[in-house]
Amino acid sequence: MTSILIYGVIILGVLTLIQLVRVFELSAKLKGQASELPTETENRNQARMMIPLVVVFFAFFGWLLWDNWDKMLPVAASAHGEGLDQLLNFNFLMIIIVFVITHIVLFYFAYKYAYKEGRKVAYFTHSNKLELIWTIVPAFFLAIVIIYGLTSWKNIMLDDAPEDSLNIELYSKQFDWTARYAGKDTKLGSANYNMINLNSGNALGVITEKSLQDQFAEIDKAISKQRVKIDEEYAMKQGVENPIVYPEGTELYDITFEEIERLKRHRGRVVNLDQQKDSLYIQNGEDDVIVKGTFYLPVNRPVHMQFRSQDVIHSAYLPHFRVQMNTVPGMITEFNFLPNKTTAEMREITGKEDFEFYLLCNKICGAAHYNMKMVVKVVSEDEYNDWMDKQKQFDGNLVVPKVEEDAPAEETADADVDEAGDADAADDQAADESENAGI
Amino acid sequence: MAAHSEHHETFVSKYIFSQDHKMIARQFLITGMIMAVIGMAMSTFFRLQLAWPGEGFAILNFFLGDKWAPEGILDPNMYLALVTIHGTIMVFFLLTGGLSGTFANLLIPLQIGARDMASGFMNMLSYWFFLISSVIMIASLFVESGPASGGWTIYPPLSALPQAMPGSGMGMTLWLISMSLFIVSSLLGGLNYVVTVINLRTKGMTMTRLPLSIWALFVTAILGVLSFPVLFAAALLLIFDRLMGTSFYLSDIFIGGIPLENTGGSPILFQHLFWFLGHPEVYIVLLPALGISSEVIACNARKPIFGYRAMIGSILAIGFLSFIVWGHHMFMTGMNPFLGAVFTFTTLLIAIPSAVKAFNYITTLWKGNIRFTPAMLFSIGMVSTFISGGVTGIILADSALDINIHDTYFVVAHFHIVMGLSAVLAMFAGVYHWFPKLFSRMMNRKLGYAHFWTTFVAAYGVFLPQHFLGLAAVPRRYYANTEFPMFEDLIGINEMSTIFAIIGALAQFIFMFNFFYSIFRGPKASQNPWKANSLEWTTPVEHIHGNWPGPLPTVHRWAYDYSKPGKPEDYVLQTVPLEEGEEDGGAGH
Repeated sequence: MTSILIYGVIILGVLTLIQLVRVFELSAKLKGQASELPTETENRNQARMMIPLVVVFFAFFGWLLWDNWDKMLPVAASAHGEGLDQLLNFNFLMIIIVFVITHIVLFYFAYKYAYKEGRKVAYFTHSNKLELIWTIVPAFFLAIVIIYGLTSWKNIMLDDAPEDSLNIELYSKQFDWTARYAGKDTKLGSANYNMINLNSGNALGVITEKSLQDQFAEIDKAISKQRVKIDEEYAMKQGVENPIVYPEGTELYDITFEEIERLKRHRGRVVNLDQQKDSLYIQNGEDDVIVKGTFYLPVNRPVHMQFRSQDVIHSAYLPHFRVQMNTVPGMITEFNFLPNKTTAEMREITGKEDFEFYLLCNKICGAAHYNMKMVVKVVSEDEYNDWMDKQKQFDGNLVVPKVEEDAPAEETADADVDEAGDADAADDQAADESENAGI
Repeated sequence: MAAHSEHHETFVSKYIFSQDHKMIARQFLITGMIMAVIGMAMSTFFRLQLAWPGEGFAILNFFLGDKWAPEGILDPNMYLALVTIHGTIMVFFLLTGGLSGTFANLLIPLQIGARDMASGFMNMLSYWFFLISSVIMIASLFVESGPASGGWTIYPPLSALPQAMPGSGMGMTLWLISMSLFIVSSLLGGLNYVVTVINLRTKGMTMTRLPLSIWALFVTAILGVLSFPVLFAAALLLIFDRLMGTSFYLSDIFIGGIPLENTGGSPILFQHLFWFLGHPEVYIVLLPALGISSEVIACNARKPIFGYRAMIGSILAIGFLSFIVWGHHMFMTGMNPFLGAVFTFTTLLIAIPSAVKAFNYITTLWKGNIRFTPAMLFSIGMVSTFISGGVTGIILADSALDINIHDTYFVVAHFHIVMGLSAVLAMFAGVYHWFPKLFSRMMNRKLGYAHFWTTFVAAYGVFLPQHFLGLAAVPRRYYANTEFPMFEDLIGINEMSTIFAIIGALAQFIFMFNFFYSIFRGPKASQNPWKANSLEWTTPVEHIHGNWPGPLPTVHRWAYDYSKPGKPEDYVLQTVPLEEGEEDGGAGH
């Protein structure tokens, strides 16, 4: 009923408008104003609007600037960040000058040269001098912008990481982050997506002697589990009246058979890794430290960050450190920076008790993209060492620590990763997991 | 082709399978407008969610149903789908198909003095491919798993793997089919435009007498013909990856609990192919806008466009540079920083021809005699957005600065102003200006003024504040900004943006009303209502096949002899012969 009313109102509204426009047109005709071109009054009124337009436009812009002054650009907390902010301010100064001047001139001309019968118009077709000026002047300022910008770019992106850099890997997947520290040997071990094992907790696919053996065992177990499925005897043993039987030629048989073939190929790729292990850094992985939820950085120590992704492209965005780099499956990307303010210092600067540095995802990656984050704590070297001592090494226990705080709500399929610590439960889960994956 | 005019026309051959460029222009315009309304409605839907996250809106439930907006609360997957389809529709269907399709079809034959396009049949096909691709794109909205949702740039692996998100299933397949057909449409149209401009200019219409609108549309068509095939290749390879198990874009992926068997591909390859189209695409959208504005501004300022040759030069320079800057979309992909530096350099170079254009527009106004038709207001508005959106491009083109604002709302604000608003405002300008040529009637001026002021104010109200969100590090394509304490006090900006977006959307109904009302009831137009110079105003008011009843007109001068000293009127049609000793203004000395 209400919707009929609404439609009725809309239709009546349109009809009213049509009639109104007719009335306007007729009255204009009567007044002799039915010209196709704007009348003198119209021209004058529109031209007069240009002045309030400029005023309101810049007032709005100024108010936005004033209102958001302290929200714009969070305080930089890295060594290169401060220089970058200067570059940004320099660029802003330039473009705001251009923006303001051109707009004032544009709207002023529109106001000033409004149509007047008999106004003398300049037949001014071109002027090489003027055009040369506004080619060369922008080119000159752009040259400054380019040189200044590229110098900063070179300093940030092209310089090698200092010797004493902390090596950290950020690993992304839908929809959370994991950080991996190089450990005592300061080198990150090799990793491969074929080594990922959600049941044993090797969620990053780190390659070590132990994890290779574990992966073989896992795959073998999964294969035998699949084989049992096609085994009629297995079905009989269940003692049910209508045993689940997958005789040859049925769809389910094919699926299971294909799954076995897939697992065999997977095993083959792990065998390849095993054969290449001399050329990989497999001994470096054993002391790596893997953390979720929150990761720590010591202040004033250069960080060499590398990024990997498990599934789709994500982007590691650390706005306070002025750091951003995409994480691309099949590729390792990297970024060097030096955090120079601790979380405690930032709390003082911003006046916010609960200030935290965040790692955000900044490349569309799916439904929970907006909630894919990690907290970064920048602390003194001592605090960092204390914290690090408490972390478990990736030494064959293959345990990923539980998420410290506010676990992402969107964890679904891989929610079990966090609880994989319970070795007992892992066994059953392993079976279920591979079943689910196959069918 | 003049012989056609004697043929009896059925309803089908006149209105549906028409090969007449003027009818095809109308078809493109109206189809584009329908798509625009859908795209605009989508933007208000997701803006509601951004301003009032987690709140229910009956209107969302009404349009999206219980599945995608239970209790009126937008589903995150649907949010991404809306963002994706909004972008796709606006960039391709409105501002490429709708804008070039309408004005290239209408203006090229009329302004160069041709009876029709080089191939009327190809032209018709171009529209029908466009329509089919629009229908498929709209159909994809009704797929059970939802339409494509990986962003309009559809980066794989997200778009390649149905396991990655629901929108990457059937919705994505339809998106790719729709875009492939769109590309076919765009190529058929583009080739036709290029050939027509080169071959069918009337006697005396040298390249340096062409109106700037034709130059812009000509270069646009060349850009499209050179770059769209690359997107076609990219889409084809993506279809292979999705359906046939190839690994062009996929490698080392573990998803859904199993490692995929794709190795050796690179998701970055897709980005290179995509942006090789994607960046020229920005100018495919923008150049027609600049061309339209050049015409409208010169005509209504009653003054020659300033620096005609420099304008042509900058169109060509922008067109050329647009092919060597695509990497600036990819600074943060892990691309070699040296390469990034090259792209920074080439990108910033574009600022020079752009600055020349902006200054030339302003100088054209100087000492003019400005008639404020709605078209003129929209063109002045376009110069404003072209500048204010353009200057932020200088910041984004700087690879070092891009580190911190890449993919934030700063980018959203930038491209919506410089590409979206500029092109949309110019498109409105074009519709108001050439409405008498399109539909032989006049639009209502008062409604036009109301439309301009609400649209212009609302447009800046939406996008100016978004720069500040971006500087505060809010990433784009976030379903809500509620999950990070650092974004807590920014909700006010989002509310402001949304309120202006709703006002702006409602304002378009003024235009729609004016448009459809005037088609049927508007006052009959005279032959040359704006007292303009170019050839289209020498054709009869009522459309006829072949455009000119007698022989084709001969051109004797450039299109910008407004207020030329010693002339009785403040305009001189291009068909008027030069007097003895008179110099052609476009000759440029």
